[in-house]
Amino acid sequence: MDRKQCCVKLSVQPSRGLMDEKFIVLVQNVWPGFQLTVHALHQCEDGHSWEAFGHYTADATGTVNVSEDPSLGGTYSGVEPMGLLWSLRPVPGSKPGIRMRKMNVQTPMEVTISVYQGHQTEGFVDQVSLAGVLVERWYMAPGVHRIPITEGGLTATLFLPPGPGPFPGLLDLWGGTGDLLEYRAALLASHGIASLALDYLTPKISMEAGKLVDNEYFETAYRVLQQHPQVLGSRIAMLGLSFGCSVTLKMAAYSHVLKLRCAVCVNGSHVQPVDGSMTEIMHFFRENVGKVRFSEEKEVIWRNLLLPIPTDPSLKVDVGRLQCPLLLVVGEDDQNWPAYESAMDMKEMMERAGNSHLLTILWYPNAGHLIEPPYTPLVRASTFKPAQSPETMMALWGGETVAHSRAQEDAWRKTLVFLRENLF
Amino acid sequence: MSLERCLSFSRATLRSVCFTKQHLQRCVHICVRRSSTMSQAALPILSVFPSRALVDEKFKVLVENLPPGCPVTIHSLHHSEDQDYWEAYGHYISDDRGKVSVSDDLSFGGTYTGKEPMGLLWSMRPVLGSRKGLRLRKMNVCTPMLMDISVYSRHDGFRDQAPLASVLIERWYMAPGVRRIDIRERGVRGTLFIPPGPGPFPGLLDMWGGGGGLLEYRSALLASHGYVSLALEYFSPGQLQTADLEFNYFETAFNIVKDHPQVMPHRVGIFGLSLGSIVTMALAVESRIVRPRCCVCISGNHCFPPGRTLAGITGEVDMNYDKVRVDENNYHIWRDVGLAIMKEPSSKLDMGKINCPILLVNGHDDQNWPTVESAEDIAEMMRAAGKEHLLTRLEYPDTGHLIEPPFSPHFRATNFIVNLTKEKVIMLWGGQTKPHSDAQEDSWRRILTFLQQHLYCSPSPKARL
Repeated sequence: MDRKQCCVKLSVQPSRGLMDEKFIVLVQNVWPGFQLTVHALHQCEDGHSWEAFGHYTADATGTVNVSEDPSLGGTYSGVEPMGLLWSLRPVPGSKPGIRMRKMNVQTPMEVTISVYQGHQTEGFVDQVSLAGVLVERWYMAPGVHRIPITEGGLTATLFLPPGPGPFPGLLDLWGGTGDLLEYRAALLASHGIASLALDYLTPKISMEAGKLVDNEYFETAYRVLQQHPQVLGSRIAMLGLSFGCSVTLKMAAYSHVLKLRCAVCVNGSHVQPVDGSMTEIMHFFRENVGKVRFSEEKEVIWRNLLLPIPTDPSLKVDVGRLQCPLLLVVGEDDQNWPAYESAMDMKEMMERAGNSHLLTILWYPNAGHLIEPPYTPLVRASTFKPAQSPETMMALWGGETVAHSRAQEDAWRKTLVFLRENLF
Repeated sequence: MSLERCLSFSRATLRSVCFTKQHLQRCVHICVRRSSTMSQAALPILSVFPSRALVDEKFKVLVENLPPGCPVTIHSLHHSEDQDYWEAYGHYISDDRGKVSVSDDLSFGGTYTGKEPMGLLWSMRPVLGSRKGLRLRKMNVCTPMLMDISVYSRHDGFRDQAPLASVLIERWYMAPGVRRIDIRERGVRGTLFIPPGPGPFPGLLDMWGGGGGLLEYRSALLASHGYVSLALEYFSPGQLQTADLEFNYFETAFNIVKDHPQVMPHRVGIFGLSLGSIVTMALAVESRIVRPRCCVCISGNHCFPPGRTLAGITGEVDMNYDKVRVDENNYHIWRDVGLAIMKEPSSKLDMGKINCPILLVNGHDDQNWPTVESAEDIAEMMRAAGKEHLLTRLEYPDTGHLIEPPFSPHFRATNFIVNLTKEKVIMLWGGQTKPHSDAQEDSWRRILTFLQQHLYCSPSPKARL
């Protein structure tokens, strides 16, 4: 006689997918009405383990389909096809404030999906599962080329889509931590856009010279992209998150060199000394450091640094000058930047200037600051070391898990549509 | 393409848009002109989902952002491990929204026609100028097959220009987490594939045919579906005569699977094709040592004289070698050899003695062996012994001998070394491409269901109490 519940069949399709693709998790061959837990386990590059799980009851055919059946509890509930990924959280006992970010995009994120008997909430690692499969999640589609760029003093990586080209291009900017983060650019290249991930806060030349870059650095990045034989120089977009928005809006409104086809800003602001260098902008932020607040858990809330939105025009990018479409993604629970207030102000400025037909705003209640490509977990707070600062702090980014995950999925889809409409 | 060919399609799903030749010519011109005035033109967008898949999974190929009513050709290209190029293509016309969906739209011509979601794979053939008699078989299953899928402007002469867009896709025999282990123990040579997960799993002994060698791809795919599978090498190409092959070799191989700590010992089946099927049936009927839980036999027969060794089988072939015919291309047709052998009752296994479920998969156009006639005879024997309930037969029209996993190209005639004479010939396997490909797709699905039914238990009501 075979064991208690033998031969459980577990499948995930596709077993190798892009990070923004959905999958279907199917459990078959269990007893009708059987209670089980579907569990996801991921060990990220810095060694931390993350897990998610949902509780299910098999139907009359002995099947659980995570895309169609409701989770009755766990790290997510209800019908959530991708809940096993977006509700991932550090396993009990983990260091507080960790964040999951793929630095090496040439290998996939590996997730082990398993089935356990009963509705369990802990101790998974000590048990033998009924079945387990390995799933790969890729930032790079097959054929995407990764090209490190150092010309012109840049610290950047170019991702070219497969195919003969030429392709539209995109400059991809992250925020205040600096570093060269490649994953979003890799994913955009997987969607047919030649994307340049640019480190502009901690590039080699800044670290060596001891000072921040100026506008010329961005102009160089733009030119490198524009002049690339496989890039369509007249179809270049810019995408920024957080402090990257500050740069994007400034370039879009004032640069004589950068001729952007369109721009996307995620959770940023137009508030900055308009004629200021990067150093002066940083100084402007630091001047307001008295406005920093703290949550009950002693997490740093920075959103008030730029509030109230100034009326002085020399302190905000004149978005009334924009001549290209602009998409703003706003997490209304952003605790790090005043994205909501800034977006409201930008809307008003553009209405007054008569170019608001170029503006699209996506508002997401209860979404936080870090609106990233979909199906990665919400980071509500994490350790944060701003570039140029010796201190590490616990920053509160904001967001509530379910709303934030929906926002990531919706914003990414709409961003891709926006880019497609303007670049293709 | 001609207007006549366009109108000759009488399928219900054909859109009722009538294209004049002039309209089509204008569209081609627009397609080409637009692609060269870059700043204003819409860029065609090509996508394949999923871009990484197992070889038996379907994909969706979509082209968007084309002008409406635009003739395009979608093309697949594969550079094989043997350095040959294989290709397929279909001619399409974009709809009023500028889209072409290979899953939903009709191909007007190329290497396949009609609504064929996977035509870009199964209709692949060697490019013009290739060597003759080629067969496409992945030897290294740890890496994927790479294919370029491209979209070109127009139908006739589409190759004259660079493609409008191109993507790369991966087709894998191994799912993530499947482990590959070289087996060299107890005198047995093969490769074991173990699914991911804690197990234990059902097992399979997997054997190919008269070409010899070690082919791992089907075992890798079976492991990706949850079976511990041993791809067995039992002779080198051309060396069947001299191979030292006692029955015991296969029994030992079976036991290697059965005894593996991650295998459920009472749930081990046997899977064979061609000569491998003969061995499968012999083990099921004659072996006193192994008891397979079920058997799958593709393009097989029951001609294995009891008491003989495998090398001894070739004696039967030798005696009837004069029955080998050649067709107008000088391709070898062996089916009459089989018909002659089958006339001798003593040349056949007594299939009435079988005690496990068996699935026979055969093609009516098999030119290598009379497999359908063999299946008839097997059915007769099993009926007479009251074992009919154990038999499932799948037979397919216009299908040849080499029934491979789905979406593999059709191999109608390929190079082969005849074991007896060491001659290099081109062996006619048979089949017509479209029906043969349908058979590959349908049979694989049914094979997996059969294996699941017999090797993965259905939960029994008794066990629940």
